[in-house]
Amino acid sequence: MALTKADMADYLFDQLGLNKREAKDMVELFFEEIRVALEKGEQVKLSGFGNFDLREKKQRPGRNPKTGEEIPITARRVVTFLPGQKLKSRVEAYVGTEQ
Amino acid sequence: MTKSDLIEILAAKPDHQLPYKDVELAVRHIVERMSNALANGERIEVRGFGSFSLHYRPPRVGRNPKTGDAVALAGKHVPHFKPGKELRDRVNDAYQQELASAAS
Repeated sequence: MALTKADMADYLFDQLGLNKREAKDMVELFFEEIRVALEKGEQVKLSGFGNFDLREKKQRPGRNPKTGEEIPITARRVVTFLPGQKLKSRVEAYVGTEQ
Repeated sequence: MTKSDLIEILAAKPDHQLPYKDVELAVRHIVERMSNALANGERIEVRGFGSFSLHYRPPRVGRNPKTGDAVALAGKHVPHFKPGKELRDRVNDAYQQELASAAS
């Protein structure tokens, strides 16, 4: 089972006593403001969790996997996530089955 | 943008009536809930934003960079993020516009 926005809103409802509407809105706004910052080309740093960084990729040759036809992959900006030390060490300790 | 910047921005939004303190707690709780999920091996899926999962790194023999001695390193999990389509597209569309306006 994956954690979803609905689970996060329930958590805010349980832990902070926000009403359901407020909890849902806060979760929605949280992710939207991170998207807005990244869209503006800003790095996002959430201490204790990790950083969302932006990388600019040059154009490179690609292929249509169906037809084998060569088509260039255009220059683009992509989001990468660099987990922080705290998250990394917490996750490292997880011994369950790999995903 | 840092977590504190994010809290400031969200607190100033007219979309809610929550006091600053509640917004601050909400942001901290969301981040904490996400960390806990990954620490328990649970995936995170946020449509339009992306998904977080764990990737397994098998055990390997490493080296102490100072002495060159072989060290056995246990297998471990590392967090992995895959951006969702909306996030990918918005970030790249904004970049394409930047490129276009720089060229003109």
